[in-house]
Amino acid sequence: MENIIEVRHLSKSFGSNEVLRDINFSVKKGEVVSIIGSSGSGKSTMLRCINLLEKPTGGEILYRGENILDPNHDIYSYRTKLGMVFQQFNLFNNHNVLSNCTVGQIKVLGRSKEEAEEIAMGYLKKVGMDRYINALPKQLSGGQKQRVAIARALSMEPDVMLFDEPTSALDPEMVGEVLEVMRDLADSGLTMLVVTHEMEFARDVSNRVIFMDKGVIAEEGTPEEIFNNPKEERTKAFLSRILN
Amino acid sequence: MSLDVTIDIIQKYWPMLLRGAGITLFISIIGTIVGALIGLAIGVIRTIPLPESGPKRTLLIIVDKILAAYIEFFRGTPMMVQSMFIFYGVAGVFGVQLNRLFAGVFIVSINTGAYMAEIVRGGILSIDPGQYEAAQAIGMNHYQTMMNVMLPQVIKNILPATGNEFVINIKDTSVLNVISVTELFFNTKSIASATFRFAEVYFVTCIIYFIMTYTVTKILRTIEKRLEGPKNYNIIGNQMQVERPEDIVRKKGDHWHDE
Repeated sequence: MENIIEVRHLSKSFGSNEVLRDINFSVKKGEVVSIIGSSGSGKSTMLRCINLLEKPTGGEILYRGENILDPNHDIYSYRTKLGMVFQQFNLFNNHNVLSNCTVGQIKVLGRSKEEAEEIAMGYLKKVGMDRYINALPKQLSGGQKQRVAIARALSMEPDVMLFDEPTSALDPEMVGEVLEVMRDLADSGLTMLVVTHEMEFARDVSNRVIFMDKGVIAEEGTPEEIFNNPKEERTKAFLSRILN
Repeated sequence: MSLDVTIDIIQKYWPMLLRGAGITLFISIIGTIVGALIGLAIGVIRTIPLPESGPKRTLLIIVDKILAAYIEFFRGTPMMVQSMFIFYGVAGVFGVQLNRLFAGVFIVSINTGAYMAEIVRGGILSIDPGQYEAAQAIGMNHYQTMMNVMLPQVIKNILPATGNEFVINIKDTSVLNVISVTELFFNTKSIASATFRFAEVYFVTCIIYFIMTYTVTKILRTIEKRLEGPKNYNIIGNQMQVERPEDIVRKKGDHWHDE
């Protein structure tokens, strides 16, 4: 299977503070990769580097073989290939649910309003938010907002979905509804890169798990390898802390 | 001060007062609108993310410095002095006689622009950066993000401050009398020196200014409330719409029992 995203020797510093060091990994088409690790280990920064919300300090990011850090590369069209779901939902407060999902399609992809609405309705149905199309974000609960945010990202029909701790800002009883949507997406064969604290999700849904610690990838493997048979001392320590 | 004289003055001079009030309103409306547009444009330009290197970075820094100088200069000098400087200064140096009304609108606009630029900047900063990032993440560039996501919210947020600028402009256009723009204060002065009834004339003018500012304040408050929108949302296909005929019949039956 071809690599959709390949990260080589990626590094990132904020001033003299080095948050990512020599990160190497790749994501194949249809794979679900979970990134776990304690807070401050650089998980989110790495994810944000991939769609250039943070500018990497060094290394290469290849998207279908093309280096997107090349200054001549069109980052705007590249970003449309990646769907991003944020911890804080980040819905557009001036748009209703439907228009949150269509504004990008119309303004960036140049789709017609009718086409965009049809596509958006399809994904809103998928996340169970089609009955709320005229609601404003402030009228929704956290779980509902996050499901709309997922539909918004899907409406752009991206190649890869990036999830940045999508359930961390939710009340416990709303985590389930969002994880359920994500499970469905994983089952449908979507390529996903998920930064998460939901160990159960990482174990059951992902094909591969990356464990990060202090800005480096400490261990990488299948969910069985990481959760049942971790090799590294740091991985063991982290898992025993989080699972007990 | 006598009531009879006041009524006399109103009866005799109302066309002149009304014309003055009209000019005052005209200058302050156009000035506020143009000023707000200047402010929004500056806000968009000054929030363009700086590239790490290259000629675009240098250009942006220069533009930013020029805009900062514009803002500081017009906020830091009196509008009355600016009026004299622009109207007579330009006439003196270039030998061009500006239209007085145009000069008035111009001065009020660029002044309001300087204040509005700061108000807009505050408005942009008040919106959580997550929405900006989300727009970037779906591939919008800076301009698209501003037009489709940020500015609609910014405009709503800065409406009270803009209304405030409008009210200030209605009052401050009176300084344009120094370049003989025939706004309300200028006309009042003429009437006062023709009648020598200062108390009555200025009393009437006070009332006219107050009516204008108060009306504007009320109108803007109504618009703000409109834009607020409802807090709750009824999902599509609510209970009433899925009600079956038998439910309706039963409900009617209940009512009948209650009565």
